[in-house]
Amino acid sequence: MAAVQGSMSDADIKTDIKTEPSTDGFGNNNANDGRVLSASPSSGSSTGSNKQTAAVTPEDQQTLLAVLQFLKKNKLTESVEILRREAGLPENSLDPKATESAGAGSGGAAGIVDLEGGDVSSLLSRVTGSSSAGAQDQPDVRVVLSAYSQQGDPTLYEVYYSDLKKFIETVLDCHRAELSQVFYPLFVHMYLELVYNNHESEAKAFFEKFSGDQECYYEDDLRVLSGLTKKEHMRGNETLLDFRTSKFVLRISRDSYQLLKRHLQERQNNQIWNIIQEHLYIDIFDGMPRSKSQIDAMSGSLAGEAKREANKTKVYYGLLKEPEIELPLDDEDEEAENEEGKPKKKKPKKDSMGSKSKKQDPNAPSQNRIPLPELKDSDKLDKIMYMKEATKRIRLGLDNLPSVCFYTFLNAYQGLTAVDFTDDSSLIAGGFADSTVRVWSVTPKKLRKVKSAADLNLIDKESDDVLERIMDEKTASESKIMYGHSGPVYGISFSPDRNYLLSSSEDGTVRLWSLLTFTCLVAYKGHNYPVWDTQFSPYGYYFVSGGHDRVARLWATDHYQPLRIFSGHLADITCTRFHPNSNYVATGSSDRTIRVWDVLSGNCVRIFTGHKGPIHSLAFSPNGKFLASGATDGRVLLWDIGHGLMVGELKGHTDTIYSLRFSRDGEILASGSMDNTVRLWDAMKAFDDLETDDFTAATGHIHLQDNSQELLLGTYTTKSTPVIHLHFTRRNLLLAAGAFNP
Amino acid sequence: MADREERRFAEVSRESVRLMAEGAGVELGDDVAALLAEDVCYRLREATQSSSQFMRHAKRRKLTVEDFNRALRWSNVEAVCGYGAQDALPFRSVKEGELFFVEDRDVNLVELALATNIPKGCAETMVRVNVSYLDGKGNLEPQGTVPTAVQSLSDDLLKYYQQITRAILGEDPHLMKVALLDLQSNSKIAALLPYFVYVISGVSFRVTQISIYDSHHHAPLLPSCVLNAPLSVFTCFCWQAVERVLFPHLPAYWANLQAVLDDYSVSNAQVKADGHKVYGAILVAVERLLKMKALSLSQSAEGHPGAHPGSVVGAASYRVNSPGLSPPPEPLSEAALGIASHLQVGGAGCHWEEWTPVPLPAMYCELYSFFGDSLAVRFSTGPGFGTHSPCTPSQLSDSRKEPPGPASNLDTTRKMPQLTANLNISPRQDGSPRTDPPPPSLSGTGSVRAVPRASSMQRSKSSSSCSRQRSAGLSREVFPKARFTSPQTTPPVFSFLIGGRQMGQRCQGRRPFQTMFATTPPVPAVPPRTYAHKLPVIGRVGKPVRRWTCSHYSLHLPL
Repeated sequence: MAAVQGSMSDADIKTDIKTEPSTDGFGNNNANDGRVLSASPSSGSSTGSNKQTAAVTPEDQQTLLAVLQFLKKNKLTESVEILRREAGLPENSLDPKATESAGAGSGGAAGIVDLEGGDVSSLLSRVTGSSSAGAQDQPDVRVVLSAYSQQGDPTLYEVYYSDLKKFIETVLDCHRAELSQVFYPLFVHMYLELVYNNHESEAKAFFEKFSGDQECYYEDDLRVLSGLTKKEHMRGNETLLDFRTSKFVLRISRDSYQLLKRHLQERQNNQIWNIIQEHLYIDIFDGMPRSKSQIDAMSGSLAGEAKREANKTKVYYGLLKEPEIELPLDDEDEEAENEEGKPKKKKPKKDSMGSKSKKQDPNAPSQNRIPLPELKDSDKLDKIMYMKEATKRIRLGLDNLPSVCFYTFLNAYQGLTAVDFTDDSSLIAGGFADSTVRVWSVTPKKLRKVKSAADLNLIDKESDDVLERIMDEKTASESKIMYGHSGPVYGISFSPDRNYLLSSSEDGTVRLWSLLTFTCLVAYKGHNYPVWDTQFSPYGYYFVSGGHDRVARLWATDHYQPLRIFSGHLADITCTRFHPNSNYVATGSSDRTIRVWDVLSGNCVRIFTGHKGPIHSLAFSPNGKFLASGATDGRVLLWDIGHGLMVGELKGHTDTIYSLRFSRDGEILASGSMDNTVRLWDAMKAFDDLETDDFTAATGHIHLQDNSQELLLGTYTTKSTPVIHLHFTRRNLLLAAGAFNP
Repeated sequence: MADREERRFAEVSRESVRLMAEGAGVELGDDVAALLAEDVCYRLREATQSSSQFMRHAKRRKLTVEDFNRALRWSNVEAVCGYGAQDALPFRSVKEGELFFVEDRDVNLVELALATNIPKGCAETMVRVNVSYLDGKGNLEPQGTVPTAVQSLSDDLLKYYQQITRAILGEDPHLMKVALLDLQSNSKIAALLPYFVYVISGVSFRVTQISIYDSHHHAPLLPSCVLNAPLSVFTCFCWQAVERVLFPHLPAYWANLQAVLDDYSVSNAQVKADGHKVYGAILVAVERLLKMKALSLSQSAEGHPGAHPGSVVGAASYRVNSPGLSPPPEPLSEAALGIASHLQVGGAGCHWEEWTPVPLPAMYCELYSFFGDSLAVRFSTGPGFGTHSPCTPSQLSDSRKEPPGPASNLDTTRKMPQLTANLNISPRQDGSPRTDPPPPSLSGTGSVRAVPRASSMQRSKSSSSCSRQRSAGLSREVFPKARFTSPQTTPPVFSFLIGGRQMGQRCQGRRPFQTMFATTPPVPAVPPRTYAHKLPVIGRVGKPVRRWTCSHYSLHLPL
């Protein structure tokens, strides 16, 4: 495990440099820059606790202990007991710390237990908040910021930084690219340190001098930073907090790292070393240093790259076995087709289907990994329809591009915020800035409501066409408007059975609407901030939502509270998508990362970095193996979920990509953008060309060739309509939608 | 990275803070005001940043007041009320006090209450489908097909539209002429006019001419759709088209626009809103024109006379169709042929002959007289105009004091285009009483001189064109019958021949640009701000401001 190696070597180095014993995790106010190397919680105890308990990871253990402490402090002894038993911790694990927690500094000279004691107490203070200042509302903030409170000579910051800069500029080319990654996080932390210690003018000068050196894709964050010149402003700034609460992750080869380490030691450049120790997570790998382009491809997110072990979990990306449904032999249909082809075709097809369903895909999750709703009769009918349609599907490819049908919203007055089609392309729904949700029928079949209760009593319930009889013909119309939200509707999703519609809004709720009565059934309240996106599971029943509170939630339609809370993103969750097998959820965020979450455990199983702007669209390939993502930077990135690797970059769009969709067989990827174009990409080729050799898979060092132009099959422009939704019909006709924007 | 230096923060100065505090009855010390100002800036920046998130999720490019208010609301700050309107708010400046304020007019309640035209509700949101691309290929005959929106029009109009488009796009010149003449005079086609844009985008030049014509004649009454439609098209044409088609007509346009924009009555609200759009469209077109022209000049100066972006076709046709002869003006030919010959030439697909390029400095000054500083603002960031823009501010201040009138119109030959333009406007005085440009006598001779050139060119072409001229001349009598047009409409495009004579040669391909640019002395006289002084301030700012490099949203706050 490289990570362990990395932290091990951290520990080694620590002993190299350390001149004084560490005191506690925070708040050491010894002046001067020869500052004590405080053992930051995770790196400090990772060595210690690894020896102690192998079963529980150090972070988990810490968290547990912290929770225990908290419970104890609040006199919840029973809970303490239960938790302790559950976690399998020894009874005495808490006792020494409880007494120590008051005097947070644990001397820290000696053994493992004491070291942990220090860690726990610092963690504890994170949990309980500092009682001294009484800023009970934001305990986290205070602790986090206090890490900056030591005093270095503010005028020396520039010297330190430029010294390092000079050094990195003079190292060998192969190391320079890698070591240059250090610049940005260092710059930010040094700047924040200056600001925190009220050296406003020095901070400004520092910013002026070095902000130009940073990579251009950090521009947005730098803009936020530049506005921040006062200690008071730091408290409420979310971007800053993200930066503080998370360690910036860098991947550096061992050689380069040694080089950096040696340099800093020689120069006694402790200020910088401290920052590297405390705020950076350096993921060291053995082997060739990466090239600049390799680094650039992966960097850009708010908190650096993903740690490699974050993407090591096995993901069952295979598809679930389809239930066997007898295809009724439709005589009329058969006759309409040619006589000799059809029966022959049907037989082998059935066989292949049978064999396929018998053989379990090794990459697929077990059928009941998460409980899925049972198929209703109507669902079966729909499946049959789907299979029939699928036989008429056009095979797309390089020479056979899809036709594009554009659904233009007229008179939307710049208010169209979300669009969705049903899977069978019979309905289209729009979410609007005026809080309404509107549904249109795309087919000649009008939208009808169910009759009122009184009328329903009158109908003959035994009749064969009872489903037809319950509908109120008087209400038939081409479109229906649904009122209920009190803010713009940002996300919208049809249920697979077309009976429900979900909408998420700025008002913090997700609403479930019935498409039989066209009324609101439930308002799911959980996000207390705008909900940017929501989507139904491909099997119905579950849905996912994500919003400004940086948390994605998994819901079931019959529960008013979420079943899972996926937390980990450092900024707003901008889009959410279900994996085709419904066992995973992907979320894109403004922190410029994509995370894939396991629905069963709630854990994050993949972190993808590489986008340089907030991600606004995601799409899983139909076979579940790949993920495509589009962002404000106008690029589409392709990811291999199984290996956790970036496998492609599609450049061409000039503005935010708001929609992505694979064709039904996965041959073509369509992307729709704010730049008024739909572009088609050869997904098949993009994925076929992959060289997924073991080395790449093991190291995660991708080498992308720049073949966007070869993969681009077509660019289709609209007159003046940003494309905000794309959908492939079951026969592979491409539907696009957007509001005319004169 | 290089542009980082240019960027600024939007800052609220401590003086402003102190003023605001005074307004609230609080006296602030210096240090307090400074601290407050700094904090206000930070908070504003923060709110703007979070409001941009609402914009992005609403899938818009424009940051609205609503977005900003949402951001404020979520950070527990009172929202700013009263700025929710969709239209842009005119931002005015008071020159003396260096003050900027949003125009807030008194609403005439009586007028509002007694207004007979009750505004209809917004049109209902709807979805329309069209097959954009079949098997990955674009619809091959977009021009011939009827745009879907037209189908909702009445059958008669639809038939009319089809006939007209067929006639214009067809081969029969006679039919086309009839169609064009009818387009000029028909007053009942207002509803159709926007849809001719479709045709325009397909057929480009000649139909642009038609549209210009249309708008020219119907403008006083139908500016909303008429003015808008062709103008929005301009930006997608090459800049030569703008120079040749829009620029000469600008004075005429201007009077209309001004009238529209000066009218503050409620009934005029819609039209006025459209007028603002037109203003913006012209400004954009003109800005592009100037930039491209300057660019082409610098290019040709480097010795690539033909290498103008987007002008390959134009240059080619210029060479082909101007066989090196520039017939001397015949002062006695009848002016009445003006329109007809103009159409004529348009129909023949070539009208490069009768147009003479105006030198860049002159063009800039003329345009400046219309747009004032807002042109300079937009233009100052552009390339290659160093020598001329600096002189304009002083001109501006001078010309403001100058009383507008015929006397000042008569100074220099440079102003001939404007004079003839005035002549063209004069027939419309009945239509829009607010415009009263004096028709000076000199302009008459100008247009008289101008016309023969065109006619002589025609004569040099073919006999059929002569017959066409005649019939066109006859059809001129239709104009008096039309409701909104008056008989003597001489297309101001000819007036530029005067400028052309002043400039000299015309027959060396694109060369004239270069020579003119080099030889033309700086424009001696200041163009009178006949139009500018009347126009309500739209985006005119006291001093030129750098345009933000990245203006995704209007409140963008770059580093």
